[in-house]
Amino acid sequence: MREQPPAVRIRNFEEVALGYSEVEAAEEAARCLQCRNAPCVQGCPVGIDIPAFIRAVAARDVAQAISVIKVSNALPAVCGRVCPQETQCQGVCTLGKRFEPVGIGRLERFCADWESEHEACCAPMAPDTGKRVAVIGAGPAGLTAAGELRKRGHDVTVFELLHVAGGVLMYGIPEFRLPKAIVKREIDGLCRMGVRIRVNEVIGRVTTVGEMLAKGFDAVFIGTGAGLPQFLGIPGESLNGIYSANEFLTRTNLMRAYRFPEYDTPLRLGRRVVTVGGGNVAMDSARTALRLGAEESIIVYRRSEDELPARREEVHHAKEEGVQLRLLTNPVALLGERGRVSSVRCLRMELGESDESGRRRPVPVPSSEFDIDADTVVIAVGNGPHPLVLQTTPGLELNRWGNIVADQKTGATSLCGVYAGGDIVTGAATVIEAMGAGKRAASAIDAFLRDSH
Amino acid sequence: MYEILAKRPLGPGIQEYVIHAPDVARVGRAGQFVVLRLHERGERIPLTIVDCDPATGGVTLVVQEVGKSTREMGERFHKGDSVLDLAGPLGLPSDIERFGTVVCVGGGLGIAPLYPIVRDLKKAGNTVIGIIGARNRDLVFYEDRMAAVCDELRVMTDDGSYGRKGYVSDALRDVLSTRRDVARAWAIGPAIMMKVCVAVTKEFGVPTIVSLNSVMIDGTGMCGGCRVEVAGATKFACVDGPEFDGHGVDFDLLMSRQKFYAEEEACSLERYLATRKDASTS
Repeated sequence: MREQPPAVRIRNFEEVALGYSEVEAAEEAARCLQCRNAPCVQGCPVGIDIPAFIRAVAARDVAQAISVIKVSNALPAVCGRVCPQETQCQGVCTLGKRFEPVGIGRLERFCADWESEHEACCAPMAPDTGKRVAVIGAGPAGLTAAGELRKRGHDVTVFELLHVAGGVLMYGIPEFRLPKAIVKREIDGLCRMGVRIRVNEVIGRVTTVGEMLAKGFDAVFIGTGAGLPQFLGIPGESLNGIYSANEFLTRTNLMRAYRFPEYDTPLRLGRRVVTVGGGNVAMDSARTALRLGAEESIIVYRRSEDELPARREEVHHAKEEGVQLRLLTNPVALLGERGRVSSVRCLRMELGESDESGRRRPVPVPSSEFDIDADTVVIAVGNGPHPLVLQTTPGLELNRWGNIVADQKTGATSLCGVYAGGDIVTGAATVIEAMGAGKRAASAIDAFLRDSH
Repeated sequence: MYEILAKRPLGPGIQEYVIHAPDVARVGRAGQFVVLRLHERGERIPLTIVDCDPATGGVTLVVQEVGKSTREMGERFHKGDSVLDLAGPLGLPSDIERFGTVVCVGGGLGIAPLYPIVRDLKKAGNTVIGIIGARNRDLVFYEDRMAAVCDELRVMTDDGSYGRKGYVSDALRDVLSTRRDVARAWAIGPAIMMKVCVAVTKEFGVPTIVSLNSVMIDGTGMCGGCRVEVAGATKFACVDGPEFDGHGVDFDLLMSRQKFYAEEEACSLERYLATRKDASTS
């Protein structure tokens, strides 16, 4: 797929990947073997009929292709861009055993973008059931649950805490990876189906889950995500110039700090930016820093390259753009001058025995301390559960990390009529896994509503 | 959209707004805040709730015009206009109990968030000694509202143009040296004022609550930009506060973090004033 060249794209916030033309898409689709057992469908958390949609693309019937996708996936333009396809559908593609797997994500993206330029296809809708469902959180899990429930004829209202819907798709994932206009378009599609979205709603304070159930909602889905940033817990973390990845990305993506002072929210950035962490959020932060004008953008990660949790494509793009990886390096303190961060004190690490996650545990090399100069530090080491709704929902069972305990297949929680899914249940994971959970919970809520009178 | 139901000036560059936000008005309590955004390009501005009227759905906020956004709000947003976003109530409410005798100190704009706390403390049966102060006479506001809910009210100005000359911390020292029955104090205002006040109450061993206005983006626990150090632990002002035990707060850190964006704030204000001038001359 064509991309903006690295030297050009680090000067703008426009999308890196440019997408397939119709001819390129048809050629790529023609590579699909149309396997009978379709391992790709098993690999897809929302179970898209991948061979069927690819067959339609190969036959140049994109309208048919997008309608196949939309049966299973309400946000294809998003998933086509941010799903970790290499570990899902494409990771199990039969063709991938000997050659490049079919570019399923790219084809999905192509179909979704085609749709935006043509007549929008609306998924078939069941007649109104008269049942009302409240969805808390307008991120990937909540929006998917909302779309699926609406398709089944229920009256759905989504309550969002921030001033726009989209959750991490709006505040977290950068414009150059997922243009916000595309997120808005997908959300507009849900609104056209009749999903109501209310922003600026502080659920937990203005209303509680219990009150929602008492006042006319027949079921509630909680998809409030992993919004609480974790810090390292090392000395110096409150120095100026140190951001959580959430703050760094929210200022940039949601508040458009890269267009300050035209937009009111600023972002102060030094010349040398060090990002701590190895996931997609770390890659997003390091690449954002370059686009904001950093001369050097360095990622510090305590394990080796094989253990980087980020998608391979993100690591590849980051390296191409000049992001430096300092692997097997663990920060132990942040040092500053006059209240502002000036360097990151690190220890060299080596890989020891495997831990419970199956990854080799990094252990510090004795007396290996050294400093990396930094004017700005971004901490991207994960997020905990967003606390607002949890604090005000008595009886909702939480696990020892503070996440909601929910049935994996149905999203059912310890409270009758209350379901949950996405990062608030699993801890920080991927957009598509949250969407899968939203979808499964929607089926379970639908069954619950049909059983209850 | 959230309509401005009323607006009145309380002093030079200080405006009181009543904004229609029925959900917030129904449940908002003393000590909590809202986040407001003027328009599509606006920043999220945290503002402490002054008053809530469930009957009219009005939420009262007091805004001092210190930067671009607050200046713009003062100059361009009038009664009948609407602001784009208003979310709340955020943060934890004040801990209102019957303590006995309490001293409540408000400095500058801090008088506004202090008022509902004083009102509720009075309602809870406390004897309330109020101290309010500002740089000069014009900047003192809410004296009547405070007097109505305080058993005793002292007014201070830095330059002596009104009330007694001196800082609110001087009056606080005065009160604490003459009365030994003060069970608790509140001090709300600029960081330096709160720092000095808690130093005074520490001498007298009076537990003191302060309200911290660190720089925040979302106000809901998501950015961590508002982190402060209290008794050696990192806390988020937005979800763990905004009120904290003042004796544990690292005020120097707070002040250093508050100043981090000073240059950008100045640049933004300058640009706004320039465009405003262009608009008025063309």
